[in-house]
Amino acid sequence: MKIKEKLQSIGNSWIFLIVVLIFYLILLVVDFSLFQSCLEFFYKIFISIFPIFVLVFILMAVTNYFITPEFILKHTREKGIKKWFFIIVGGILSTGPIYMWYPLLADLKNKGLSYGLIACFLYNRAVKIPLIPLMIFYFSIQYVVVLSLVMIFVSVIQGVLINKLMEVKK
Amino acid sequence: MKQDKYKMKNKIEKNFKQAVLKAGKMFWKTLPLIFGTILLVSLLITLIPKTFYFKVFTQNFFSDSFIGSLIGSISAGNPLTSYILGGELLEQGVGLIAVTAFLVAWVTVGVVQLPAESMILGRRFAIWRNILSFVFAIVVAILTVLILGVFQ
Repeated sequence: MKIKEKLQSIGNSWIFLIVVLIFYLILLVVDFSLFQSCLEFFYKIFISIFPIFVLVFILMAVTNYFITPEFILKHTREKGIKKWFFIIVGGILSTGPIYMWYPLLADLKNKGLSYGLIACFLYNRAVKIPLIPLMIFYFSIQYVVVLSLVMIFVSVIQGVLINKLMEVKK
Repeated sequence: MKQDKYKMKNKIEKNFKQAVLKAGKMFWKTLPLIFGTILLVSLLITLIPKTFYFKVFTQNFFSDSFIGSLIGSISAGNPLTSYILGGELLEQGVGLIAVTAFLVAWVTVGVVQLPAESMILGRRFAIWRNILSFVFAIVVAILTVLILGVFQ
């Protein structure tokens, strides 16, 4: 029980890191040259993406400052196409883990927000502004622009489809 | 008037400090994940021969995007991990279509969160949303690569 509690207090991401480090430790004992190659590869990736993380941190702070659940709630009261627009923007700008947003979405659903709009919001959470620098680093700016636009377009289609599928039940 | 301005300034400063602190906390939480992911990616890429990727991903539009979407759907975690993993897979020669489907499914399909989503937003909604997200990950991957092909 005590070990379980201790593990819970450590957090999943630390446990993940510890498990990976154990693998490295095993590799160090079993095959030193392979261990060295892995570390060289790690160093190469880490050095190349480290500066990107500084930018990611700044963008995270900026989005945290401007975007709150209250901000999103305020703008979902719009009507018609404007509502879709604000849902898309809200989804893109929303930060933090998804479960943080479930209570707000459930509340909005009770207040009359359609299932389609909720699906659209959730889909657009996939477009992560603070992580864009990292995406550009790996995939190029053209790729990020095209992928984001296609995803926004598909989010609306998914929203419309979800509305239709949920209507069928009624 | 002057007091109002002072109050406003204080509020902005407080909110900004909170935003930076929140970002700092989020970053601190993801730090072991970043290190762990880079270490794991380095390990896998060094251990797995390139020929393995070419066996799984055959440069076929549909099968590659399907496999990419499938792997992305059952994976969970910070999108940051998927970008690092996807980017390195691309470097190893895996096609852009498979990597795109993988990235999109990772963030749009939530198999792990399905129980919570079902409980709060309804089972029917959660199941349909996840099925559609899986299919759309394939559609988005094909469309993105086709559009990029047109402009290049």
